Amino acid sequence: MIPDPGKIWPVIIAMAVGTFFIRYSFLGLLGDRELPAWFLRHLRYVGVAVLPGLIAPLILWPQATGGTPDLARILAAAVAVGIGIWKKSVIGTVVFGIGTLYLVQYLNG
Amino acid sequence: MTTSNNSMKSTFWRGFRNGLPFILVVAPFGTLFGVAATEAGMDILQVMSFSVLVIAGAAQFSALTLLIEDAPTVIILLTSLAVNLRMAMYSAALVPHFGKLRTRLKLLISYFLVDQAYAMGIKEYDANPEQPIENKVAYFFGIMLATAPFWYISTYLGAALGASIPEAFSLDFAVPICFIALIAPMLRTIPHIITAFVSVALALSLAWVPYSLGLIIAAILAMMSGAYAELKLGVENDT
Repeated sequence: MIPDPGKIWPVIIAMAVGTFFIRYSFLGLLGDRELPAWFLRHLRYVGVAVLPGLIAPLILWPQATGGTPDLARILAAAVAVGIGIWKKSVIGTVVFGIGTLYLVQYLNG
Repeated sequence: MTTSNNSMKSTFWRGFRNGLPFILVVAPFGTLFGVAATEAGMDILQVMSFSVLVIAGAAQFSALTLLIEDAPTVIILLTSLAVNLRMAMYSAALVPHFGKLRTRLKLLISYFLVDQAYAMGIKEYDANPEQPIENKVAYFFGIMLATAPFWYISTYLGAALGASIPEAFSLDFAVPICFIALIAPMLRTIPHIITAFVSVALALSLAWVPYSLGLIIAAILAMMSGAYAELKLGVENDT
């Protein structure tokens, strides 16, 4: 659950505006200009720098178990990473990841 | 006139057909976002506003996760908008093709500038840069017609569904799994893998830092190590 629902609308609005201006930045505002190589080199890694760090704690210390590491979730995540890298299929990753979670939970009773 | 109209139409539908396979990516993410956001307590108007106004799956999941963790609003925005910074690269790459369009069209294209549309569009424009600008625009909107509606609809279905799914299904785990599905294809090169590894290691060891600031520190250092690795390894890189 979101503990403070008062934050939801400000986040939606600010993200809508911010994301739009990121998309419009060069096309509409900055035009055709060379970006420095070092800047592009860093920009390439922003996504892969933020997202894994964001989910690692969710996998290791899930809210649903009160933060205690849970074997089913760790195995499910490992399977999902494997399928994701191997097959690059979104549906495959989600199905096998969630499937592993249910399977291990079922086997553990 | 008629000929150019015809070629515009056929380009539009070619974009549409080429965009169709992305439904397999867009629909599961949209559905899971709808489910996860509803389970987290958002009402249908909030969930739909998110998907319609922002249309950026990874950033929406980031924001949702940090809202659930009760991170300060500034941190939520910094982190989630950082996830979207890659789109500034898309915007820059499209200037040679769309720079001369009317402002109204540029605003519309910017709103729809999502990963799939960019990837497909730029491939087409770079392969065939001399085609008329109308055709490039038609191709872009063809891709969008094949994907955007499914993003909205699947979000709605997920939100409608979310309220009725019992807790035993452990859907809290849908969010991390979705992220994994998003991240895995990004791990194409050694610098990307190093970045992801540093990100995970630092985020976990800095989890004690208040206000979710540990994640921001981890992300900055991970990004720098990726860029540094690229420089040292001389990896020839796509975006």
